[in-house]
Amino acid sequence: MIPLSHIRNFSIVAHIDHGKSTLADRLIQSTNTVSERDMKAQLLDSMDIERERGITIKANTVRIDYTAANGEAYVLNLIDTPGHVDFAYEVSRSMRAVEGSLLVVDASQGVEAQTLANVYHAIDADHEIVPILNKIDLPAADCDRVAEQIEDVIGIDASGAIQVSAKTGQGITETLEAIVEHLPAPKGDPDAPLKAMLVDSWYDSYLGVIVLVRIIDGRLKKGEKVKFLSNNTVHHVDRIGVFRPEMQVVDSLGPGEIGFLTASIKQVRDTRVGDTITHERQNVEPLPGFKPAQPVVFCGLFPVDSNEFEDLRDAIDKLALNDASFSFEMETSAALGFGFRCGFLGLLHLEVIRDRIEREYDIELITTAPSVIYHVYERDGSMTELHNPADMPDPSTIDHVEEPRIKATILVPDEYLGDVLKLCQERRGIQMDLTYAGSRAMTVYDLPLNEVVFDFYDRLKSVTKGYASFDYQLTGYREDNLVKMSILVNDEPVDALSMMVHRDRAEMRGRAMVEKLKDLIPRHMFKIPIQAAIGGKVIARETLSAMRKDVTAKCYGGDATRKRKLLDKQKAGKKKMRQFGKVDIPQEAFISALKMDS
Amino acid sequence: MTEDWEAGGFGLYLHWPFCAAKCPYCDFNSHVTASVDHDAWSKAFVSEIERVGALTKGRVLHSVFFGGGTPSLMAPSTVGAIMDAIQRTWPTANDLEVTLEANPTSVEAGKFSDFRSAGINRVSMGIQALNDGDLRKLGRMHNAAEALAAFDVARKTFERVSFDLMYGRQNQSLSQWEMELKQALDLGLDHVSLYQLTIEPGTVFGDRYKVGKLRGLPDDDLSADMYALTQDICADHNMPRYEVSNHAAYGAESRHNKIYWRYGDYVGIGPGAHGRLTLDGIRTATDQVRMPTAWLSGVDRERQESLSGMDQAVEFLMMGLRLTDGVDPARYERLAGQALSGSRIADLQNMGLLTATKDKISVTNQGFTLLNGVLRTLLED
Repeated sequence: MIPLSHIRNFSIVAHIDHGKSTLADRLIQSTNTVSERDMKAQLLDSMDIERERGITIKANTVRIDYTAANGEAYVLNLIDTPGHVDFAYEVSRSMRAVEGSLLVVDASQGVEAQTLANVYHAIDADHEIVPILNKIDLPAADCDRVAEQIEDVIGIDASGAIQVSAKTGQGITETLEAIVEHLPAPKGDPDAPLKAMLVDSWYDSYLGVIVLVRIIDGRLKKGEKVKFLSNNTVHHVDRIGVFRPEMQVVDSLGPGEIGFLTASIKQVRDTRVGDTITHERQNVEPLPGFKPAQPVVFCGLFPVDSNEFEDLRDAIDKLALNDASFSFEMETSAALGFGFRCGFLGLLHLEVIRDRIEREYDIELITTAPSVIYHVYERDGSMTELHNPADMPDPSTIDHVEEPRIKATILVPDEYLGDVLKLCQERRGIQMDLTYAGSRAMTVYDLPLNEVVFDFYDRLKSVTKGYASFDYQLTGYREDNLVKMSILVNDEPVDALSMMVHRDRAEMRGRAMVEKLKDLIPRHMFKIPIQAAIGGKVIARETLSAMRKDVTAKCYGGDATRKRKLLDKQKAGKKKMRQFGKVDIPQEAFISALKMDS
Repeated sequence: MTEDWEAGGFGLYLHWPFCAAKCPYCDFNSHVTASVDHDAWSKAFVSEIERVGALTKGRVLHSVFFGGGTPSLMAPSTVGAIMDAIQRTWPTANDLEVTLEANPTSVEAGKFSDFRSAGINRVSMGIQALNDGDLRKLGRMHNAAEALAAFDVARKTFERVSFDLMYGRQNQSLSQWEMELKQALDLGLDHVSLYQLTIEPGTVFGDRYKVGKLRGLPDDDLSADMYALTQDICADHNMPRYEVSNHAAYGAESRHNKIYWRYGDYVGIGPGAHGRLTLDGIRTATDQVRMPTAWLSGVDRERQESLSGMDQAVEFLMMGLRLTDGVDPARYERLAGQALSGSRIADLQNMGLLTATKDKISVTNQGFTLLNGVLRTLLED
């Protein structure tokens, strides 16, 4: 049994590409946690999408045994957390499960937005923070400047920042020593009733749901019955273990330890991040801050090939088993056929799920415009939740429409403040607060969620060169002048492109939409009017002119095979388009059309 | 029973894969080499003719085409040996057309009378442009004066002479093209191929285009205007279009190329040559190995693939609609096992792209400029 004083729990906070995963790899490697033979780059990122985008969606964890310079043996638990605003809640829970953080900053790049968003989670969780300047092997590295920036921008002492090259291995031992020296040992009472935090969970086809836990008090042993406080369910624990990073079974877990349990749980839905776990007959105070996952962004997912609908259903069922925050119901569209209306935590979550379906299940998808949940009050007093603009009732029956609002907190260096305020105003924001901390401004806005879900975060990053951090929480519903805007292509309405807009912004959005579509739809052999309309009134119109020339100059005997195959390929390419009347619309148009450039 | 290919005729294409230099726009199977063993190539071609002859005994051959590469670099004796083998192998039509592609340089012009003696009766000259600056940019080794001189020699030597011009070149204006085309037509020829410059991947132009370094190419509108102007000028000179890029006085069309466009059978021999041969009632695509050394070795020289009825129908339509004559829809139906969609034909007619009667479908003037779209529409599932 490890004494609490010899446990250190920590996470790594970093911006994408600042070397978080590589540093984690080096820590694992230099402590011989994984044999040379099993070592592969970015051990902790298990899913392809994570590897490719360099983001972590599920919390990953690894237990490292480390004998420090003082000769004592320590157990170091690293939790690697998702870094995106969509997963802010998951990040905040993971942060609560550890006592300290390594703040990794690329010494050639400096502090960036995501660093800030996550370091504030760490500060919120009262972490000790060890600053690390990574990539010092790069010629552009400037340790003094970046250390100063950490002090200025984040407000923590960076004088003792460790200089590391995760690539060459320089500074790794110093990092391990700093974890032992500077991070606090966890606190907890081994004799108190069991209290553990459910940090994350995921589905494994052999073991059922694997639950990542941090023990706060008491001991958890194999064979015990445990209770999840949020839903009062009881489970028989059939396996306990730790990650190295592969699973290793242990007999029990005590205070301060991080590990997993399995209990023949069938669905990830039954395990909620942030929940409190105790023994069956015990009563403990639930951990603060727990909230169930609520999808906030909805969109339609349709198979490109309508024969793949059943395959899509199967894929979505399986993904939902492993993702409690993802919801779905069947949807039919006049244009797109059968598909699913799905709910997500945010846009990255949407993209991740969509990519996984396309990649892991090999189903090509059409994604429709993301939308939020509107409350539509009809004249008879009834209220319906509108998840899909296509389902908007007849306007004559509507009394009023309410939309979800958020409280958005944005931190930004003051030189970008003007652009941020302009962006928030453009998105119908109402300023609630503006304060300064050194050269950083913090502004709080009341914004319609609808204006944020699509590309607010991208726009914010671009107007602030990545230096803004952004976080939000839902605050409730408010009435506004909201209407459904339809898009007509060659005089045919395309239901999948209809969207809810504020009346005052309808012309602008409509104009932007038809201009975008004009670029996204390939020229046809005839001219195509593209219109935006509210009810029967056209508010914007563009005409896509007819193609003028499409003929192969040379085609002789030797070209027959190649040209025939080219025609076949074009036919296959056409399958990726959807036909509306006589017009083929490429699938990417459905999502790209909604991206706003200004 | 007549077989489908008989509606198109029977010809032989022979590929000479060598060039003195590779042109930057060319994606044909051509190679530059220090020396060529003419004797070995001659023997290999003769043995290929004998091999294919055994599979196609008794057919009447309508045309022979020496393409490349640069077949005017062949030794006239090689051409002679090949023609002798052909005459031994197949009965030939009385008006057998024997075409050779030639570069318009003085060196080659000096060989014309020997080619004539070897049996060539038509040459197709790669003149490409009538101004020296553009010829240099296209990587051609002749200048305009030399080309015109070679054309004169050719006219005095052969019964029939055609040449190629390329337009839609970098920074070429509509009026520049108009002048150049009129100058060409004023030479009084009876056949000309007018190609819009096409940037092909894997060529020097293709690589430069990909990195944005090939500037001044015409946009879609100028391309369309140039094509339309080309049709008008040629019609005024009694050289109407009979195929997308080919123009001839009445009766002077290339018989050989019409075998392709009418979807006849053709033997393809030489590196990278393709053929279509109906063997034991099955239409077969043949395809010879591309690398000259590999081809000459004779090992695995040819691949064959049977074409499905639908493959044949698609090729028939794709080739046939290139002709102003159009196609017989009944022939499509026999090959495909189903008729073309009446509603799609009607749509295209309404758009003014197609004319259709019971026994003939052809594209209109406007349909020619959008032929790929017309084909996609007709062949859509």
